[in-house]
Amino acid sequence: MSDLATASLPAKQPDGALAHAAYVLRSNPVTLLAFSMFAVLLVAAILGPALVPYDPMASNAAQALQPPSFDHWFGTDNLGRDVLSRVVVATRLDLVISVAAVALSFLIGSILGSIAGYWGGWIDSVLNRLFDTIMAFPLFVLAMGIVAALGNTVENIVYATAVINIPFYARLVRAEVNIRRDAGFAQAAKLAGNSDIRVLAVHIFPNALPPMMVQVSLNLGWAILNAAGLSFIGLGVRPPTAEWGIMVAEGANFIVSGEWWLAIFPGLALMFAVFTFNLLGDGLRDIVDPRQRT
Amino acid sequence: MAGRLSTIGLRITHAIPVILGVVVVSFLLTRALPGDPAVYFAGAAANEQSIAEIRTALGLDKPLTEQFLVYAGDVLTGDLGNSLSTGQPVLEDLANRLPASLELTLTALLLSCSIAIPLGVLAATRPGSAVDHLCRVLVTAGVSLPTFFTGIVLIYVFYYLLGIAPSPLGRLDFIYIEPDHVTGFYLIDAAIAGDWETWIGALKQLVLPATTLALFTLAPLARMTRAAMLSALSSDYIRTARAAGLTEDKVLFTYAFRNALLPVITTLGMVFSFTLGANVLVEKVFAWPGIGSYAVEALVVSDYAAVQGFVLAMALLFVALNLVIDLTYTLIDPRIGFETK
Repeated sequence: MSDLATASLPAKQPDGALAHAAYVLRSNPVTLLAFSMFAVLLVAAILGPALVPYDPMASNAAQALQPPSFDHWFGTDNLGRDVLSRVVVATRLDLVISVAAVALSFLIGSILGSIAGYWGGWIDSVLNRLFDTIMAFPLFVLAMGIVAALGNTVENIVYATAVINIPFYARLVRAEVNIRRDAGFAQAAKLAGNSDIRVLAVHIFPNALPPMMVQVSLNLGWAILNAAGLSFIGLGVRPPTAEWGIMVAEGANFIVSGEWWLAIFPGLALMFAVFTFNLLGDGLRDIVDPRQRT
Repeated sequence: MAGRLSTIGLRITHAIPVILGVVVVSFLLTRALPGDPAVYFAGAAANEQSIAEIRTALGLDKPLTEQFLVYAGDVLTGDLGNSLSTGQPVLEDLANRLPASLELTLTALLLSCSIAIPLGVLAATRPGSAVDHLCRVLVTAGVSLPTFFTGIVLIYVFYYLLGIAPSPLGRLDFIYIEPDHVTGFYLIDAAIAGDWETWIGALKQLVLPATTLALFTLAPLARMTRAAMLSALSSDYIRTARAAGLTEDKVLFTYAFRNALLPVITTLGMVFSFTLGANVLVEKVFAWPGIGSYAVEALVVSDYAAVQGFVLAMALLFVALNLVIDLTYTLIDPRIGFETK
C-alpha cells in the first residue's frame, strides 16, 4: 500500500503543486497583486538609476523645497534634489541590505538548525540556550547595540539584522529536521550508504524549504523596517546617500513647517515595500500550507 | 497552594540562565568596541604610557574570563560605568529617564489593548461583518507601518494642519511647571499634586506619541484576539454550554473569552518586546526625554558605556516582564505548570 503511494506520488507531485499554486492565485487575487507589486519593486531596484528623471545627488539651490509639481512629481528637498529620483534609486540599497541580511540568517540558521535537529544532544542544548539569549533581548535594541559595538557601517547593519533573525530560521529548521531524522526515507538513504551530512543536506533539509520560504518573505519586510529604523536614528547609511529611513529622518525636520513631501514619499515607499512582502508571505503560506489560512 | 508556589519558584529559576546569557552578550558587546578601548578612553592627547596606565586601570590587560567576572560583579552592584556625555553614572541616567519611557509605553499598551481586544472579539463573533473586514484591514495595514513614519504623519496632520496638538517637543510645554517628583509619571504626579492644568498639559503631549505606539501594537493583538476567540467559540465546551441553555453573555465572556485570553497574553509579551524597540524611534520623533532618546543621543557621540548600559537594562526589563507574564498564566489557567517545559 505504502509502496504504491510513494511510487505514484513523485510523478504527480510537481503537476499537483503547480496546479495548486495556479488555483490559489486564481481564487486569491490579493496574492496575484502581491506578486505584481513585487515585480514593481524589482524593476525599481534593478533599473532605478536608469529610469529616474534627475540625478539623485545633484543639488540645485534655486529649486530647494519645491512642492510636488509637473517637473518634480514628489517635489524637491532642502538642497533642491529631486525626491522622486531619490526614492526610486533608494530601492536598490534598501532591498540589498534586507536581502543580504535575510540570506545570511537563512544560511547560518539552516546550518545551525540542521546540526541541532539532526544530532541533538549537548550541541542542541547549547544552541538552544544561545537562541534563547538572543530572543531575550528586544530585537531592535540588540541590533542597535551590535551596530554600536561593531562600528557604524552599512555592512554592520546587515550583520546585526542577520544575527537577530537567525533564531527564527534555526528553530524552524531544527523542528523540521528533528521530526524526519528517523523517518523511513532517511533511514533508507543511510542504509544505501550515504553519509550523515549527505542524508541531512540532500534528503532531509529540502523538506524544510517550503515553510522557510514563507518565513523569508515575512522576514524581508521586517528586515527592511529594521534597517530603515536603524538609519532613521543615524546608524549605518549616511547622508547624502539615498535611503528611505534616512530620507524620512531628514524630512522630519521640515514636517513642522509644512514641507510634507520630503518625509511622506520615502515613508510611503517603505510602507509599500513592507506591505508587499507581508502580502507575499501570506500568499505563499496559502500555497505551502493551506491549513494555516486565516 | 504549595504546588503553585513551587511552580512559581521553578519558573524563576528558569530565568537565571537567560539572565546569565544576557550579561555575557552585553559583556561581549562592550569588549567588541571598534579599535582599542584603552586608546579610546585615553583620549586624543594620549601617549604610549598613559594608554598602558588606562589599560591597567580598566583591567584590559587581564585575561578575558577575569574581565568578565569583574564586569559581572559591576553589573551586580549596579555599576554600568559613567556616561561620557552627561558625566553621570549610566545607571542614574537610566533611572531618571525610565519613568518617561514607561509612562509612554504603558499608556500606549493600555490604549491598544482597549481597542484591539474588543475589536478582535467583535470580529470573531460576527464573521464576515463590517467589523470583521475592518479588523482584517487594520491588521494587514498595521504590520506594514513604520512607527517613525506614523509619528511624522500624525505630527503633520494634528500639529501642522489642524493645529490641535501641541508642538512635538518632550513631555510638557515650557509654560507648565513640572509636577513634584513622586513616581516620575507626570500624569500621576500632577494628579497627586491636584494640579489639573498641568495634568491636561502632560496628557496633550502624551496623546500623539502614545497613539503612534498604539497603532503599531494594535495589529498583532487584534489578530491574535480574533483567532483565539474563533478557536474558543468552535470548541466542544462552548457547544455544550449553549446546549445547556446558558445565556449568550455568559457563554461569550465567562467561557470563551477567559480561554481565549491565554494566547492574547502571550502575544502581549511579544508585542512588548517590539514596543521597547519602537520606543527608541518614537522618542526620537517626538523628542521624548526617555531612555530611548538617551541611547540615540549616546550613539551619536559614540558614548559606548551609555549605549551598552541601555541595551542591558532593556534586556533585563524584558526578561522580568516575561517572568511576570508567565506567572499571570498560572492565575488565568491553574492547569499550567512549568515542569513539562
